[in-house]
Amino acid sequence: MDVIEASNLVKRFGELEAVKGVSFSVKEGEIFGFLGPNGAGKTTTINILCTLLKPTDGQAKVNGYDVVKERSQVRQSIGLVFQEPALDDYLTAEQNLRFHGYAYGIPKNVLEPRLKELLEMMELWDRRKGKINTYSGGMKRRLEIARGLLHHPRVLFLDEPTLGLDPQTRRRIWDYIHDLRKRENLAIFMTTHYMDEAENCDRIAIIDYGRTVALDTLEKLKDGVGGDVISVKTEDNEEAMRLLEGQYKLKPDIENGIISFTVPHGEEFLPKFVSGFPLRLLSIGLRRPTLEDVFLKLTGRNIREQEVDSMQKMKNMARMRRH
Amino acid sequence: MAIVFRTIWVIAYRELLRFVQDRPRMFSSFSMPIIFLIIFGAGFGRLIGQMMPGVDYIQFMYPGILAMTVLMTSVMSGVSIVWDREFGFLKEVLVSPLSRSGVLVGKAVGAATIAIIQGAIMLVLAPIVNVPINLGTVLALLPLLLILSLALSGLGLLIGSRMRSQQGFQIVMQLVIFPMMFLSGIFFPVSGVATWLEVLSKLNPVTYGIDAIRQVFLGTEVAGVTVFGHTMGIVDSAIVVAMAGVVFLTTAIWAFNKQE
Repeated sequence: MDVIEASNLVKRFGELEAVKGVSFSVKEGEIFGFLGPNGAGKTTTINILCTLLKPTDGQAKVNGYDVVKERSQVRQSIGLVFQEPALDDYLTAEQNLRFHGYAYGIPKNVLEPRLKELLEMMELWDRRKGKINTYSGGMKRRLEIARGLLHHPRVLFLDEPTLGLDPQTRRRIWDYIHDLRKRENLAIFMTTHYMDEAENCDRIAIIDYGRTVALDTLEKLKDGVGGDVISVKTEDNEEAMRLLEGQYKLKPDIENGIISFTVPHGEEFLPKFVSGFPLRLLSIGLRRPTLEDVFLKLTGRNIREQEVDSMQKMKNMARMRRH
Repeated sequence: MAIVFRTIWVIAYRELLRFVQDRPRMFSSFSMPIIFLIIFGAGFGRLIGQMMPGVDYIQFMYPGILAMTVLMTSVMSGVSIVWDREFGFLKEVLVSPLSRSGVLVGKAVGAATIAIIQGAIMLVLAPIVNVPINLGTVLALLPLLLILSLALSGLGLLIGSRMRSQQGFQIVMQLVIFPMMFLSGIFFPVSGVATWLEVLSKLNPVTYGIDAIRQVFLGTEVAGVTVFGHTMGIVDSAIVVAMAGVVFLTTAIWAFNKQE
Protein backbone atom coordinates (compact mmCIF):
# COMPACT_ATOMS: atom_id res chain seq x y z
CA MET A 1 0.00 0.00 0.00
CA ASP A 2 1.18 3.53 -0.70
CA VAL A 3 1.38 5.73 2.36
CA ILE A 4 2.00 8.88 0.35
CA GLU A 5 0.61 9.59 -3.08
CA ALA A 6 1.39 12.94 -4.59
CA SER A 7 0.26 13.83 -8.07
CA ASN A 8 1.18 16.98 -9.89
CA LEU A 9 1.78 19.12 -6.84
CA VAL A 10 2.25 22.77 -7.66
CA LYS A 11 2.98 25.58 -5.24
CA ARG A 12 3.26 29.20 -6.23
CA PHE A 13 4.26 32.05 -3.95
CA GLY A 14 3.19 35.06 -5.95
CA GLU A 15 5.45 35.09 -8.99
CA LEU A 16 7.70 32.34 -7.76
CA GLU A 17 6.81 28.77 -8.64
CA ALA A 18 8.57 26.76 -5.94
CA VAL A 19 7.13 23.37 -6.85
CA LYS A 20 6.25 22.72 -10.48
CA GLY A 21 4.20 19.56 -10.75
CA VAL A 22 5.84 16.94 -8.55
CA SER A 23 4.45 13.38 -8.51
CA PHE A 24 5.63 10.37 -6.55
CA SER A 25 4.43 7.70 -4.18
CA VAL A 26 5.96 6.24 -1.06
CA LYS A 27 5.39 2.62 -0.05
CA GLU A 28 4.77 1.27 3.41
CA GLY A 29 7.97 0.73 5.35
CA GLU A 30 10.40 2.33 2.93
CA ILE A 31 12.89 5.14 3.38
CA PHE A 32 12.17 7.61 0.63
CA GLY A 33 14.68 10.36 0.00
CA PHE A 34 14.05 13.74 -1.53
CA LEU A 35 17.42 14.91 -2.75
CA GLY A 36 18.21 18.26 -4.23
CA PRO A 37 20.15 21.48 -3.76
CA ASN A 38 18.96 24.15 -1.36
CA GLY A 39 15.95 25.98 -2.71
CA ALA A 40 14.89 23.13 -5.00
CA GLY A 41 11.44 22.93 -3.37
CA LYS A 42 12.02 20.13 -0.86
CA THR A 43 10.74 21.86 2.25
CA THR A 44 7.79 23.32 0.37
CA THR A 45 6.80 19.79 -0.68
CA ILE A 46 7.10 18.51 2.90
CA ASN A 47 5.02 21.42 4.15
CA ILE A 48 2.29 20.57 1.66
CA LEU A 49 2.32 16.89 2.67
CA CYS A 50 2.09 17.70 6.39
CA THR A 51 -0.75 20.23 5.83
CA LEU A 52 1.20 23.37 6.74
CA LEU A 53 0.80 24.72 3.20
CA LYS A 54 -2.04 24.35 0.74
CA PRO A 55 -0.93 23.31 -2.73
CA THR A 56 -1.80 25.75 -5.52
CA ASP A 57 -2.65 22.78 -7.71
CA GLY A 58 -2.46 19.00 -7.68
CA GLN A 59 -3.39 16.45 -5.06
CA ALA A 60 -1.76 14.51 -2.29
CA LYS A 61 -2.88 11.79 0.05
CA VAL A 62 -1.07 10.72 3.18
CA ASN A 63 -2.19 7.45 4.78
CA GLY A 64 -5.19 7.64 2.50
CA TYR A 65 -6.27 11.07 3.76
CA ASP A 66 -6.43 14.13 1.53
CA VAL A 67 -3.95 16.79 2.69
CA VAL A 68 -6.38 19.61 1.96
CA LYS A 69 -9.75 18.13 2.89
CA GLU A 70 -8.82 15.81 5.76
CA ARG A 71 -6.15 17.80 7.50
CA SER A 72 -6.70 16.68 11.07
CA GLN A 73 -6.63 12.98 10.10
CA VAL A 74 -3.38 13.58 8.22
CA ARG A 75 -1.90 15.40 11.21
CA GLN A 76 -2.87 12.66 13.62
CA SER A 77 -1.23 9.98 11.48
CA ILE A 78 2.17 11.54 10.74
CA GLY A 79 5.28 12.40 12.71
CA LEU A 80 7.49 15.31 11.83
CA VAL A 81 11.00 16.52 12.51
CA PHE A 82 11.65 19.99 11.19
CA GLN A 83 14.81 21.50 9.85
CA GLU A 84 14.91 23.93 12.75
CA PRO A 85 14.35 22.66 16.27
CA ALA A 86 10.74 23.05 17.44
CA LEU A 87 11.13 22.30 21.13
CA ASP A 88 10.20 24.35 24.16
CA ASP A 89 13.60 25.34 25.55
CA TYR A 90 12.30 26.10 29.01
CA LEU A 91 10.77 22.69 29.54
CA THR A 92 12.51 19.38 30.18
CA ALA A 93 12.74 16.61 27.60
CA GLU A 94 10.07 14.67 29.40
CA GLN A 95 7.74 17.66 29.57
CA ASN A 96 8.16 18.31 25.86
CA LEU A 97 7.21 14.72 25.11
CA ARG A 98 4.24 14.77 27.47
CA PHE A 99 2.94 17.94 25.85
CA HIS A 100 3.07 16.12 22.55
CA GLY A 101 1.33 13.10 24.05
CA TYR A 102 -1.52 15.24 25.39
CA ALA A 103 -1.78 17.16 22.14
CA TYR A 104 -2.22 13.92 20.20
CA GLY A 105 -4.60 12.52 22.80
CA ILE A 106 -2.47 9.51 23.76
CA PRO A 107 -3.99 7.75 26.78
CA LYS A 108 -1.79 7.92 29.88
CA ASN A 109 -1.28 4.15 30.15
CA VAL A 110 0.07 4.09 26.59
CA LEU A 111 2.01 7.33 26.82
CA GLU A 112 4.29 6.58 29.76
CA PRO A 113 5.75 3.25 28.56
CA ARG A 114 6.06 4.61 25.01
CA LEU A 115 7.88 7.68 26.28
CA LYS A 116 10.33 5.50 28.18
CA GLU A 117 10.86 3.16 25.25
CA LEU A 118 11.67 6.01 22.87
CA LEU A 119 13.88 7.95 25.26
CA GLU A 120 15.85 4.77 25.94
CA MET A 121 16.14 4.02 22.26
CA MET A 122 17.47 7.53 21.58
CA GLU A 123 19.72 7.23 24.64
CA LEU A 124 18.18 10.21 26.36
CA TRP A 125 16.49 8.48 29.29
CA ASP A 126 19.17 9.59 31.75
CA ARG A 127 18.77 13.17 30.62
CA ARG A 128 14.99 13.20 30.61
CA LYS A 129 14.81 15.73 33.42
CA GLY A 130 17.24 18.10 31.76
CA LYS A 131 15.94 21.32 30.25
CA ILE A 132 16.26 21.63 26.51
CA ASN A 133 18.47 24.72 26.74
CA THR A 134 21.16 22.44 28.19
CA TYR A 135 20.92 20.00 25.26
CA SER A 136 23.39 19.79 22.37
CA GLY A 137 22.25 19.99 18.75
CA GLY A 138 22.45 16.22 18.32
CA MET A 139 20.48 15.55 21.49
CA LYS A 140 17.77 17.95 20.41
CA ARG A 141 17.47 16.21 17.07
CA ARG A 142 17.23 12.80 18.74
CA LEU A 143 14.60 14.09 21.11
CA GLU A 144 12.62 15.48 18.19
CA ILE A 145 12.77 12.12 16.44
CA ALA A 146 11.52 10.47 19.64
CA ARG A 147 8.74 13.03 19.84
CA GLY A 148 7.78 12.53 16.21
CA LEU A 149 7.29 8.83 16.91
CA LEU A 150 5.45 9.10 20.20
CA HIS A 151 1.95 8.80 18.77
CA HIS A 152 2.80 5.76 16.55
CA PRO A 153 2.67 7.56 13.21
CA ARG A 154 2.76 5.50 10.04
CA VAL A 155 4.94 8.00 8.22
CA LEU A 156 7.77 9.98 9.70
CA PHE A 157 8.82 13.14 7.86
CA LEU A 158 12.39 14.24 8.38
CA ASP A 159 13.33 17.59 6.90
CA GLU A 160 17.13 17.62 6.63
CA PRO A 161 17.45 15.52 9.78
CA THR A 162 21.19 15.99 10.14
CA LEU A 163 21.57 19.60 9.03
CA GLY A 164 24.13 21.45 11.10
CA LEU A 165 25.34 18.35 12.94
CA ASP A 166 28.92 17.11 13.00
CA PRO A 167 29.79 13.97 10.98
CA GLN A 168 29.90 11.66 14.00
CA THR A 169 26.50 12.77 15.23
CA ARG A 170 25.14 12.45 11.71
CA ARG A 171 26.24 8.82 11.61
CA ARG A 172 24.64 8.17 15.00
CA ILE A 173 21.35 9.68 13.82
CA TRP A 174 21.42 7.37 10.83
CA ASP A 175 22.00 4.34 13.04
CA TYR A 176 18.90 5.33 14.98
CA ILE A 177 16.86 5.78 11.83
CA HIS A 178 17.80 2.33 10.52
CA ASP A 179 17.11 0.78 13.88
CA LEU A 180 13.77 2.51 13.96
CA ARG A 181 12.65 1.24 10.64
CA LYS A 182 13.35 -2.32 11.73
CA ARG A 183 11.36 -1.91 14.93
CA GLU A 184 8.43 0.22 13.88
CA ASN A 185 7.77 -0.71 10.27
CA LEU A 186 7.08 2.85 9.35
CA ALA A 187 7.72 4.76 6.17
CA ILE A 188 10.25 7.55 6.34
CA PHE A 189 10.10 10.50 4.00
CA MET A 190 13.21 12.60 4.24
CA THR A 191 14.78 15.50 2.46
CA THR A 192 18.49 16.08 2.26
CA HIS A 193 21.06 17.84 0.21
CA TYR A 194 23.86 15.58 1.42
CA MET A 195 24.67 13.06 -1.31
CA ASP A 196 26.25 10.54 1.02
CA GLU A 197 23.21 10.64 3.24
CA ALA A 198 20.78 9.94 0.44
CA GLU A 199 22.60 6.62 0.01
CA ASN A 200 20.73 5.38 3.08
CA CYS A 201 17.41 5.60 1.24
CA ASP A 202 15.60 2.76 -0.49
CA ARG A 203 14.36 5.04 -3.24
CA ILE A 204 15.41 8.52 -4.13
CA ALA A 205 13.67 11.32 -5.97
CA ILE A 206 16.08 13.89 -7.31
CA ILE A 207 14.50 17.30 -7.34
CA ASP A 208 15.85 20.36 -9.09
CA TYR A 209 14.16 23.72 -9.64
CA GLY A 210 10.83 22.38 -8.36
CA ARG A 211 10.73 19.32 -10.62
CA THR A 212 11.61 15.69 -10.08
CA VAL A 213 14.33 14.87 -12.60
CA ALA A 214 14.65 11.21 -11.56
CA LEU A 215 13.03 8.73 -9.20
CA ASP A 216 14.38 5.25 -8.59
CA THR A 217 16.34 2.99 -6.30
CA LEU A 218 19.89 3.97 -5.57
CA GLU A 219 21.26 1.10 -7.70
CA LYS A 220 19.11 1.92 -10.71
CA LEU A 221 19.95 5.60 -10.51
CA LYS A 222 23.61 4.69 -10.50
CA ASP A 223 23.16 2.26 -13.36
CA GLY A 224 21.64 5.15 -15.28
CA VAL A 225 25.04 6.76 -15.29
CA GLY A 226 26.18 3.88 -17.53
CA GLY A 227 27.83 1.44 -15.17
CA ASP A 228 31.05 1.72 -13.20
CA VAL A 229 33.78 4.28 -13.38
CA ILE A 230 37.21 2.82 -14.27
CA SER A 231 40.35 4.88 -13.97
CA VAL A 232 43.70 3.78 -15.40
CA LYS A 233 47.21 5.09 -15.68
CA THR A 234 49.42 3.66 -18.42
CA GLU A 235 52.96 3.98 -19.77
CA ASP A 236 51.69 5.80 -22.83
CA ASN A 237 48.44 7.62 -22.14
CA GLU A 238 48.07 9.04 -25.63
CA GLU A 239 48.29 5.64 -27.24
CA ALA A 240 45.94 4.30 -24.57
CA MET A 241 43.35 6.97 -25.37
CA ARG A 242 43.50 6.03 -29.05
CA LEU A 243 43.08 2.35 -28.27
CA LEU A 244 40.17 2.92 -25.88
CA GLU A 245 38.32 5.09 -28.35
CA GLY A 246 39.02 2.92 -31.38
CA GLN A 247 39.28 -0.69 -30.36
CA TYR A 248 37.14 -0.54 -27.18
CA LYS A 249 34.61 2.01 -28.44
CA LEU A 250 34.56 3.92 -25.12
CA LYS A 251 34.44 7.60 -24.28
CA PRO A 252 37.48 8.13 -22.10
CA ASP A 253 38.37 11.39 -20.34
CA ILE A 254 41.87 12.31 -19.30
CA GLU A 255 42.64 14.46 -16.31
CA ASN A 256 45.93 14.81 -14.41
CA GLY A 257 47.42 11.83 -16.22
CA ILE A 258 44.57 9.53 -15.27
CA ILE A 259 42.18 8.18 -17.86
CA SER A 260 38.64 7.45 -16.74
CA PHE A 261 35.66 5.94 -18.50
CA THR A 262 32.35 4.27 -17.70
CA VAL A 263 31.55 0.65 -18.48
CA PRO A 264 28.58 -1.52 -17.57
CA HIS A 265 29.43 -4.36 -15.12
CA GLY A 266 32.87 -3.12 -14.21
CA GLU A 267 33.83 -6.17 -12.15
CA GLU A 268 33.45 -8.42 -15.20
CA PHE A 269 35.11 -5.95 -17.52
CA LEU A 270 38.20 -5.49 -15.38
CA PRO A 271 39.91 -8.94 -15.61
CA LYS A 272 39.34 -9.17 -19.37
CA PHE A 273 40.66 -5.65 -19.82
CA VAL A 274 43.80 -6.25 -17.74
CA SER A 275 44.76 -9.43 -19.56
CA GLY A 276 43.92 -8.10 -23.00
CA PHE A 277 45.23 -4.52 -22.93
CA PRO A 278 48.41 -4.26 -25.02
CA LEU A 279 50.08 -1.43 -23.05
CA ARG A 280 51.70 -1.74 -19.66
CA LEU A 281 49.30 -0.52 -16.92
CA LEU A 282 50.76 1.48 -14.03
CA SER A 283 47.56 1.54 -11.96
CA ILE A 284 43.92 0.69 -12.34
CA GLY A 285 40.89 1.44 -10.21
CA LEU A 286 37.19 0.74 -10.24
CA ARG A 287 34.46 2.58 -8.38
CA ARG A 288 30.71 2.59 -8.36
CA PRO A 289 29.29 5.90 -9.50
CA THR A 290 28.15 8.13 -6.65
CA LEU A 291 24.95 10.12 -6.48
CA GLU A 292 27.14 13.05 -7.31
CA ASP A 293 27.79 11.45 -10.73
CA VAL A 294 24.05 10.84 -11.10
CA PHE A 295 23.16 14.43 -10.31
CA LEU A 296 25.83 15.70 -12.66
CA LYS A 297 24.58 13.50 -15.47
CA LEU A 298 20.93 14.50 -14.97
CA THR A 299 21.30 18.23 -14.49
CA GLY A 300 24.65 18.96 -16.04
CA ARG A 301 25.70 20.61 -12.80
CA ASN A 302 27.46 19.59 -9.65
CA ILE A 303 25.15 19.82 -6.62
CA ARG A 304 27.87 21.53 -4.61
CA GLU A 305 28.29 24.31 -7.12
CA GLN A 306 24.87 25.58 -6.20
CA GLU A 307 25.51 25.70 -2.54
CA VAL A 308 27.10 29.05 -2.55
CA ASP A 309 25.71 30.15 0.76
CA SER A 310 24.64 33.68 1.40
CA MET A 311 27.86 34.36 3.29
CA GLN A 312 29.89 33.51 0.21
CA LYS A 313 27.63 35.63 -1.97
CA MET A 314 28.13 38.58 0.31
CA LYS A 315 31.88 38.09 0.23
CA ASN A 316 31.81 37.94 -3.55
CA MET A 317 29.77 41.09 -3.74
CA ALA A 318 32.10 42.90 -1.40
CA ARG A 319 35.04 41.77 -3.50
CA MET A 320 33.37 42.97 -6.69
CA ARG A 321 32.71 46.36 -5.21
CA ARG A 322 36.31 46.77 -4.18
CA HIS A 323 37.58 46.22 -7.73
CA MET B 1 -15.73 20.19 20.04
CA ALA B 2 -13.85 17.82 22.34
CA ILE B 3 -10.67 18.72 20.48
CA VAL B 4 -11.18 22.42 21.23
CA PHE B 5 -11.39 21.73 24.96
CA ARG B 6 -8.38 19.44 24.85
CA THR B 7 -6.46 22.16 23.00
CA ILE B 8 -7.36 24.82 25.56
CA TRP B 9 -6.17 22.64 28.40
CA VAL B 10 -2.98 21.41 26.77
CA ILE B 11 -1.94 24.92 25.80
CA ALA B 12 -2.89 26.42 29.17
CA TYR B 13 -1.05 23.58 30.91
CA ARG B 14 2.13 24.37 29.02
CA GLU B 15 1.85 28.08 29.83
CA LEU B 16 1.63 27.27 33.52
CA LEU B 17 4.46 24.76 33.34
CA ARG B 18 6.65 27.38 31.73
CA PHE B 19 5.67 29.95 34.28
CA VAL B 20 6.62 27.66 37.16
CA GLN B 21 9.96 26.79 35.53
CA ASP B 22 10.88 30.35 34.67
CA ARG B 23 11.56 31.88 38.09
CA PRO B 24 13.09 35.17 36.93
CA ARG B 25 9.94 35.99 34.98
CA MET B 26 7.84 35.28 38.04
CA PHE B 27 9.71 37.90 40.03
CA SER B 28 10.25 40.44 37.29
CA SER B 29 6.55 40.89 36.74
CA PHE B 30 6.20 42.05 40.35
CA SER B 31 9.10 44.42 40.37
CA MET B 32 7.59 47.28 38.40
CA PRO B 33 4.22 47.47 40.19
CA ILE B 34 5.90 47.27 43.59
CA ILE B 35 8.45 49.94 42.67
CA PHE B 36 5.63 52.22 41.54
CA LEU B 37 3.68 51.57 44.70
CA ILE B 38 6.62 52.32 46.96
CA ILE B 39 8.15 55.26 45.11
CA PHE B 40 4.97 57.02 44.02
CA GLY B 41 3.41 56.28 47.37
CA ALA B 42 6.34 57.79 49.24
CA GLY B 43 6.90 60.60 46.75
CA PHE B 44 3.37 61.87 46.15
CA GLY B 45 1.73 60.51 49.26
CA ARG B 46 2.61 63.37 51.55
CA LEU B 47 2.14 65.96 48.82
CA ILE B 48 -1.34 64.83 47.94
CA GLY B 49 -2.58 63.80 51.34
CA GLN B 50 -6.13 62.47 51.23
CA MET B 51 -7.67 61.72 47.85
CA MET B 52 -11.10 61.67 49.42
CA PRO B 53 -12.29 61.38 52.99
CA GLY B 54 -10.63 58.36 54.57
CA VAL B 55 -8.60 57.39 51.50
CA ASP B 56 -4.96 58.43 51.28
CA TYR B 57 -2.92 58.32 48.08
CA ILE B 58 -1.31 54.94 48.57
CA GLN B 59 -4.70 53.38 49.36
CA PHE B 60 -6.10 55.00 46.24
CA MET B 61 -3.24 53.70 44.11
CA TYR B 62 -3.12 50.14 45.47
CA PRO B 63 -6.10 48.68 43.53
CA GLY B 64 -4.61 50.16 40.37
CA ILE B 65 -1.24 48.57 41.10
CA LEU B 66 -2.97 45.22 41.48
CA ALA B 67 -4.54 45.71 38.05
CA MET B 68 -1.19 46.80 36.67
CA THR B 69 0.34 43.45 37.65
CA VAL B 70 -2.48 41.72 35.79
CA LEU B 71 -2.09 44.08 32.82
CA MET B 72 1.62 43.42 32.34
CA THR B 73 1.43 39.68 32.86
CA SER B 74 -1.54 39.24 30.55
CA VAL B 75 -0.38 41.38 27.65
CA MET B 76 3.13 39.93 27.76
CA SER B 77 1.89 36.33 27.91
CA GLY B 78 -0.28 37.01 24.91
CA VAL B 79 2.54 38.55 22.94
CA SER B 80 4.70 35.53 23.84
CA ILE B 81 3.12 33.72 20.92
CA VAL B 82 5.75 35.57 18.87
CA TRP B 83 8.39 33.82 20.92
CA ASP B 84 6.86 30.46 20.11
CA ARG B 85 6.91 31.32 16.45
CA GLU B 86 10.50 32.46 16.48
CA PHE B 87 11.82 29.53 18.50
CA GLY B 88 9.91 27.10 16.34
CA PHE B 89 7.63 25.66 19.00
CA LEU B 90 4.57 27.06 17.26
CA LYS B 91 5.24 24.64 14.38
CA GLU B 92 4.95 21.69 16.74
CA VAL B 93 1.54 23.05 17.72
CA LEU B 94 0.45 23.83 14.18
CA VAL B 95 1.15 20.35 12.76
CA SER B 96 -0.56 18.65 15.67
CA PRO B 97 -4.27 17.87 15.47
CA LEU B 98 -4.98 20.69 17.95
CA SER B 99 -7.53 23.33 16.96
CA ARG B 100 -6.19 26.72 15.87
CA SER B 101 -8.83 28.72 17.72
CA GLY B 102 -8.37 26.57 20.80
CA VAL B 103 -4.66 27.42 20.78
CA LEU B 104 -5.43 31.10 21.26
CA VAL B 105 -8.12 30.57 23.87
CA GLY B 106 -5.76 28.20 25.68
CA LYS B 107 -3.04 30.84 25.67
CA ALA B 108 -5.48 33.38 27.09
CA VAL B 109 -6.68 30.96 29.77
CA GLY B 110 -3.07 30.16 30.69
CA ALA B 111 -2.16 33.83 30.82
CA ALA B 112 -5.21 34.65 32.92
CA THR B 113 -4.42 31.89 35.40
CA ILE B 114 -0.88 33.18 35.78
CA ALA B 115 -2.13 36.77 36.13
CA ILE B 116 -4.55 35.74 38.85
CA ILE B 117 -1.82 33.90 40.75
CA GLN B 118 0.34 37.02 40.52
CA GLY B 119 -2.61 39.19 41.57
CA ALA B 120 -3.27 36.93 44.55
CA ILE B 121 0.32 37.31 45.67
CA MET B 122 -0.05 41.10 45.41
CA LEU B 123 -2.99 40.90 47.81
CA VAL B 124 -0.50 40.21 50.58
CA LEU B 125 0.48 43.87 50.34
CA ALA B 126 -3.04 45.12 51.07
CA PRO B 127 -2.77 45.11 54.89
CA ILE B 128 0.66 46.75 54.69
CA VAL B 129 -0.76 49.76 52.83
CA ASN B 130 -3.86 49.84 55.05
CA VAL B 131 -6.30 48.70 52.44
CA PRO B 132 -9.14 46.75 54.07
CA ILE B 133 -9.37 43.18 52.82
CA ASN B 134 -11.58 40.24 53.77
CA LEU B 135 -12.90 37.06 52.22
CA GLY B 136 -15.76 38.95 50.56
CA THR B 137 -13.34 41.32 48.84
CA VAL B 138 -11.25 38.43 47.56
CA LEU B 139 -14.29 36.58 46.20
CA ALA B 140 -15.54 39.71 44.48
CA LEU B 141 -12.09 40.39 43.03
CA LEU B 142 -11.62 36.98 41.47
CA PRO B 143 -14.13 37.29 38.63
CA LEU B 144 -13.01 40.88 37.95
CA LEU B 145 -9.35 39.90 37.69
CA LEU B 146 -10.32 36.95 35.52
CA ILE B 147 -12.29 39.07 33.06
CA LEU B 148 -9.62 41.76 32.97
CA SER B 149 -6.77 39.33 32.37
CA LEU B 150 -8.64 37.34 29.71
CA ALA B 151 -9.41 40.59 27.89
CA LEU B 152 -5.84 41.85 28.09
CA SER B 153 -4.26 38.58 27.05
CA GLY B 154 -6.65 38.73 24.09
CA LEU B 155 -5.10 42.10 23.28
CA GLY B 156 -1.61 40.64 23.65
CA LEU B 157 -2.51 37.75 21.36
CA LEU B 158 -3.98 40.14 18.81
CA ILE B 159 -0.71 42.06 18.74
CA GLY B 160 1.31 38.83 18.77
CA SER B 161 -0.56 37.29 15.88
CA ARG B 162 0.42 40.23 13.68
CA MET B 163 3.99 40.51 14.89
CA ARG B 164 6.89 38.72 13.22
CA SER B 165 9.86 39.29 15.48
CA GLN B 166 10.59 39.74 19.14
CA GLN B 167 12.09 43.14 18.54
CA GLY B 168 8.47 44.23 18.64
CA PHE B 169 8.38 43.48 22.37
CA GLN B 170 10.04 46.73 23.29
CA ILE B 171 7.67 48.64 21.05
CA VAL B 172 4.66 46.91 22.55
CA MET B 173 5.91 47.81 25.99
CA GLN B 174 6.31 51.46 25.08
CA LEU B 175 3.37 51.99 22.75
CA VAL B 176 0.76 49.75 24.33
CA ILE B 177 1.48 48.89 27.94
CA PHE B 178 2.76 52.28 29.14
CA PRO B 179 -0.05 54.36 27.63
CA MET B 180 -2.64 51.86 28.86
CA MET B 181 -1.10 52.03 32.29
CA PHE B 182 -0.91 55.80 32.59
CA LEU B 183 -4.30 56.43 31.00
CA SER B 184 -6.21 54.11 33.26
CA GLY B 185 -6.73 55.91 36.50
CA ILE B 186 -4.05 54.01 38.40
CA PHE B 187 -2.28 57.18 39.52
CA PHE B 188 -4.99 59.82 39.32
CA PRO B 189 -8.77 59.87 38.86
CA VAL B 190 -9.80 60.10 35.22
CA SER B 191 -12.42 62.76 35.78
CA GLY B 192 -11.54 66.35 36.37
CA VAL B 193 -8.40 66.21 34.17
CA ALA B 194 -7.89 67.82 30.76
CA THR B 195 -10.62 66.78 28.35
CA TRP B 196 -8.29 65.00 25.88
CA LEU B 197 -6.84 62.99 28.74
CA GLU B 198 -10.27 62.12 30.02
CA VAL B 199 -11.46 61.00 26.57
CA LEU B 200 -8.40 58.81 26.02
CA SER B 201 -8.76 57.27 29.46
CA LYS B 202 -12.40 56.49 28.90
CA LEU B 203 -11.56 54.72 25.66
CA ASN B 204 -9.13 52.50 27.54
CA PRO B 205 -10.81 49.30 28.78
CA VAL B 206 -8.28 49.02 31.61
CA THR B 207 -9.82 52.15 33.14
CA TYR B 208 -13.07 50.28 33.78
CA GLY B 209 -11.26 47.28 35.18
CA ILE B 210 -9.40 49.44 37.64
CA ASP B 211 -12.46 51.41 38.61
CA ALA B 212 -14.34 48.21 39.41
CA ILE B 213 -11.45 46.81 41.44
CA ARG B 214 -11.13 50.08 43.33
CA GLN B 215 -14.83 50.06 44.17
CA VAL B 216 -14.49 46.53 45.55
CA PHE B 217 -11.74 47.65 47.91
CA LEU B 218 -12.77 51.15 48.85
CA GLY B 219 -16.54 51.21 48.40
CA THR B 220 -18.75 52.61 45.67
CA GLU B 221 -18.15 56.27 46.70
CA VAL B 222 -14.79 56.18 44.94
CA ALA B 223 -16.41 55.42 41.56
CA GLY B 224 -14.56 57.70 39.20
CA VAL B 225 -15.87 56.97 35.74
CA THR B 226 -18.97 58.57 34.36
CA VAL B 227 -19.96 57.82 30.79
CA PHE B 228 -22.67 60.04 29.27
CA GLY B 229 -23.74 61.12 32.73
CA HIS B 230 -23.98 57.57 34.05
CA THR B 231 -21.66 56.62 36.90
CA MET B 232 -20.30 53.17 36.21
CA GLY B 233 -20.88 50.59 38.91
CA ILE B 234 -18.86 47.40 39.38
CA VAL B 235 -21.08 45.31 37.12
CA ASP B 236 -21.26 48.01 34.40
CA SER B 237 -17.50 48.24 34.30
CA ALA B 238 -17.08 44.46 34.26
CA ILE B 239 -19.39 44.28 31.24
CA VAL B 240 -17.35 46.90 29.37
CA VAL B 241 -14.14 44.95 30.03
CA ALA B 242 -15.76 41.67 29.01
CA MET B 243 -17.01 43.17 25.75
CA ALA B 244 -13.58 44.57 24.94
CA GLY B 245 -12.16 41.11 25.68
CA VAL B 246 -14.56 39.38 23.31
CA VAL B 247 -13.58 41.83 20.56
CA PHE B 248 -9.83 41.39 21.18
CA LEU B 249 -9.96 37.61 21.38
CA THR B 250 -12.20 37.02 18.36
CA THR B 251 -10.12 39.41 16.25
CA ALA B 252 -6.98 37.62 17.41
CA ILE B 253 -8.43 34.22 16.50
CA TRP B 254 -9.50 35.52 13.12
CA ALA B 255 -6.06 37.03 12.41
CA PHE B 256 -4.27 33.89 13.58
CA ASN B 257 -6.39 31.52 11.52
CA LYS B 258 -5.92 33.67 8.49
CA GLN B 259 -2.16 33.80 8.84
CA GLU B 260 -1.15 30.33 9.93
